[in-house]
Amino acid sequence: MDNPVLNYKNSDLTASVNDLAKRIIPCLDVKDGRTVKGVNFVALRDAGDPVELAYQYSNQGADELVFLDITATHERRKTMVELVRSVARQVNIPFTIGGGINEIADADILLNSGADKISINSAAVRNPGFIDELALAFGKQFVVVAIDTKHINGKNYVHLNGGRIATEIETEDWIKEAEARGAGEILLTSMDHDGTKAGFDNTLLKKVNDTMTIPLIASGGAGTIQHFVDCFKISNADAALAASVFHYGEILIPDLKKVLKENNIEVRL
Amino acid sequence: MIGIVYYGAGNIFSLTAALDRLGLQYGMIKTAEDFEQYDRYIIPGVGHAGSAMQKLNDTGLVPSILALKKPVLGICVGMQLLTLHSEEGDSKLTGIIPLETKLFSDELQVKVPHTGWNKVFRTVESPLFNEIPQGSHFYFVHSYFIEFNSTFTIALAEYGIKFSAVIQKDNFYGVQFHPEKSGLAGEQLLKNFAHLA
Repeated sequence: MDNPVLNYKNSDLTASVNDLAKRIIPCLDVKDGRTVKGVNFVALRDAGDPVELAYQYSNQGADELVFLDITATHERRKTMVELVRSVARQVNIPFTIGGGINEIADADILLNSGADKISINSAAVRNPGFIDELALAFGKQFVVVAIDTKHINGKNYVHLNGGRIATEIETEDWIKEAEARGAGEILLTSMDHDGTKAGFDNTLLKKVNDTMTIPLIASGGAGTIQHFVDCFKISNADAALAASVFHYGEILIPDLKKVLKENNIEVRL
Repeated sequence: MIGIVYYGAGNIFSLTAALDRLGLQYGMIKTAEDFEQYDRYIIPGVGHAGSAMQKLNDTGLVPSILALKKPVLGICVGMQLLTLHSEEGDSKLTGIIPLETKLFSDELQVKVPHTGWNKVFRTVESPLFNEIPQGSHFYFVHSYFIEFNSTFTIALAEYGIKFSAVIQKDNFYGVQFHPEKSGLAGEQLLKNFAHLA
């Protein structure tokens, strides 16, 4: 085994960031304890048991998981807590839980059930101070701000409630505000690309990532392995998230990581 | 058997879940008398180092921790508590290992928090790293880091700067990453800790 010890001890302590792997994140949309995937956020198909899927993904080499309860606002918190506990018992990688988190107590119980991070979307737009409160209570590393964005007349606007409600807030402005308030990470979903399988919105992702000081998770549009390569090469996002291409076995994570590595993108193998 | 120092700083569900998966027995330490029941100890911790230290001080367990002669593993903020001082809240810590905990500053030009899987390189051989390949990725999520030190750093990571991924002084070990969330490599490290002589 190679041993770089001596090189390190005497070298300049300024180092590169290339030892941090780009993350591959399967996203599981959950409704009534089952995984679903919205195609353009409308039609839902059942793709299995979330805990079973989570376990399979961690064995395949997923770096992290995101669970979004798309109907959490109409359901009891209890279902999500049970899901989080089951996942935390069975998987050895970090995961984020989102959907219907509106108050500190929601976040607190999910974190104490084993979630590593919580994701907030509409609740943060309606009450931006919620980001500050969460960061203060749990540390910014627990707070993922998810944003659904759409191009309208050459600009990017934040959309709410799974994309159903447009706002007048420009996406770039909201990212800056969320960062300043204590977001630890941004999960940016392009609604124009989501469900199309035509590739990530690399233009937008690069634009926002170039000025960001916290990690960016790219989401929306993954259809092929090459789309992930392009996303990391062009935007330099920290992570890429996808759902259906993983759930239906169209892309296997080991194959994806192998190609990323061949393209000199740092991944965890 | 592992005693987990129970002082209210953060979520230990994931840690106990990992120990359960590995079949490693553990219990909670809430009073000074509890230490005697165990032959090794984990100090977990997430959140703000200053408030974690305050909570630990409030338990009254610090003098017992300082006197421990059996293996101790601090995880993440639990590791930082072993150092002298953190820039987070300008906090005085236990000082078991004479190092500083610092913020990833703007001049390093890296995104903060440092979030994700980073390569870790051991700088000395230690049974803590048995069966773990050099350069394995571990899961980190932190905004503050412990400076690299040629005496006490036993594994390092690079993220804008080379910093301590693992530190050791005598029976006290600290890991900046989360072994309970670091896949097979993390599970191996927990097993190795459980079997340290």
